[in-house]
This record gives sequence, structure tokens and C-alpha cells, in this order.
Amino acid sequence: MKARVTVTLKTGILDPQGKAIEGALKSLGVDGVASVRQGKVFDIELAGADEAKAEAVLKEAADKLLANTVIENYRVEIV
Amino acid sequence: MKAAILVFPGINRERDMARALKLISGHEPAMVWHAETSLPAGTDLVVVPGGFSYGDYLRCGAIAARAPVMDAVRDYAAKGGLVLGVCNGFQILCESGLLPGVLMRNARLKFICHDVHLRVERSDTPFTRGYNAGQVIRVPVAHGEGNYEADEETIKRLEGEGRVLYRYCSADGVVDEAHNINGAAHSIAGIVNDKGNVLGMMPHPENHVEDIMGCTDGRGLFAGLAQHLEKAA
Repeated sequence: MKARVTVTLKTGILDPQGKAIEGALKSLGVDGVASVRQGKVFDIELAGADEAKAEAVLKEAADKLLANTVIENYRVEIV
Repeated sequence: MKAAILVFPGINRERDMARALKLISGHEPAMVWHAETSLPAGTDLVVVPGGFSYGDYLRCGAIAARAPVMDAVRDYAAKGGLVLGVCNGFQILCESGLLPGVLMRNARLKFICHDVHLRVERSDTPFTRGYNAGQVIRVPVAHGEGNYEADEETIKRLEGEGRVLYRYCSADGVVDEAHNINGAAHSIAGIVNDKGNVLGMMPHPENHVEDIMGCTDGRGLFAGLAQHLEKAA
């Protein structure tokens, strides 16, 4: 089973990397970009086939390591 | 002093730290590999040194914070043992939950590598007793992610409880945005946990301990720790 965990910065947390990318897009002439926030995507291959169990495993992975919940939110999905 | 310096893959300041501790306390510290599950018997100071543990993969300090030895450090800290984290060590302590908050990318995005001035906010702690309150010291920094941030509630608590021990400032001790090198909340350079036995700081006091380094302002931190431990013994 394939899964994806997406980690994003919480609202209000300053994201200097996103700001730099936003600036670069503007200097490239890519119009219509209001703002950019950078995040992370983890593509995970799961061993079992039980979807409910998989979700619990992914949440555990995100809470314990993949996200720093002080500053980041995460979303898990089975793909 | 019976110090233990934690060693993770990618750490590169552990020898500087060992040299400073030996020079000032007279005792050779133990080097403790990250896969160990216990600290040497009688350890009275754990040091998490600087560097780039695990190549800063995922988030700075995130993987090192989950290493087996960190469970032993958590137990040791819970019993009141002294822990000092410098630079990547500070990041590791935040990631491990031993200190609140997080170290974000420097506000101006640049890696900063030069001397800075720090104001010592109080002198009545094991980590600052070698200095006077309000004293300004000069020590180097070398980091890309040292911008300390925490939620408003946490910052309020840190300030209210006097847990900010070191702050970035000018040569004459003025704390303002011009001297806040990395954009840290309240110019925070170093904080302690609620029990006051775990310090994390971004600057490197271990690199200003000998005349040949051009400055010895970092000695006070280690001399203070040595004094504190001697008194306790």
C-alpha cells in the first residue's frame, strides 16, 4: 500500500525559504503568484494492507519524527 | 567534573568542546556514541556539541534527537543532571523535547559565521555563575538555522521565569533588532528548561577559551560549571 504524508508550516510561522522562492518566481516573471509556503512530502510504502491500521502508523510516524508539531501541520493519505 | 560529550554522525565540534572542558576543569571528558543506551557512571555534565548531525536531514537535530542515547539523557535530565547543548546541540535539545520551541532558518537566510556579543542576563545559574549579570561577552556563532521561535505563551513563560540566560546584543550590551543576528524572538541566544538544569545556546563559548583564539570570554561558562559541580560534590 502506498501512502503520502504532507508536512506544511503552520499559519503565522515565518517561512524565509518560501519568501525567497516567491521572490525568485517574481523575478522570473511568473505572474499571479501571491505567496509561497514551502513544505515537505513523504511517499511511504506500507507493509500491511489494513487501511485503518495504516493511518495509525502514518500518524505515529508524523508525530514521532516527520513533523515538528510546534511549527508544522501534517496530512496523511492513502494513495 | 565528569563530563560526557555525545557524538552523533555529522557532529564536528566535539573535539573543540573536549579541549575546552579539559583545559578548564582539568578532567578529560568521555565521548559517548549515539547508539549507547546509558551514560558513564557518575556523569555530572552532558554536553551535546555542535555540527551537522545526520547532515541536517529532515530538520536540524531531528534525527539525533531520536537516537538511543537521548533516552538516557532524558532520564538523567529528569533527575536534575546538567545538560549543555551548543548550536546543533541546542537544535537537538529542542527536537528532543528537553527544551521548548524550535530553531528556524535565519531570518535573512544567510549562514552566519562570525563573532557576536551576548548579554548574560543573570549570574545565579550553573551556566552563568562565571559571569556577572549584565556582562557582555564575545563568542563566535556558526549557523544557518538559529532563529529561536516558540508560541507566544512559551516566550512569555521563558521571560517571566527568567529562563533567557543569553541574548544577542551590541558591544556595549544594547539588545535591539540591529544586533539580533538571526531574527530570534526577543534576541534569544540561550535558554534553560523549567528546572534550570538544561541549557541550549546557539553561540560557541568553547571556541573562545584560549589566548590563541583571540578571546577568552567563553571560559566563564565552563569555569562556572566546574565551580558549581565542585561545590555540589
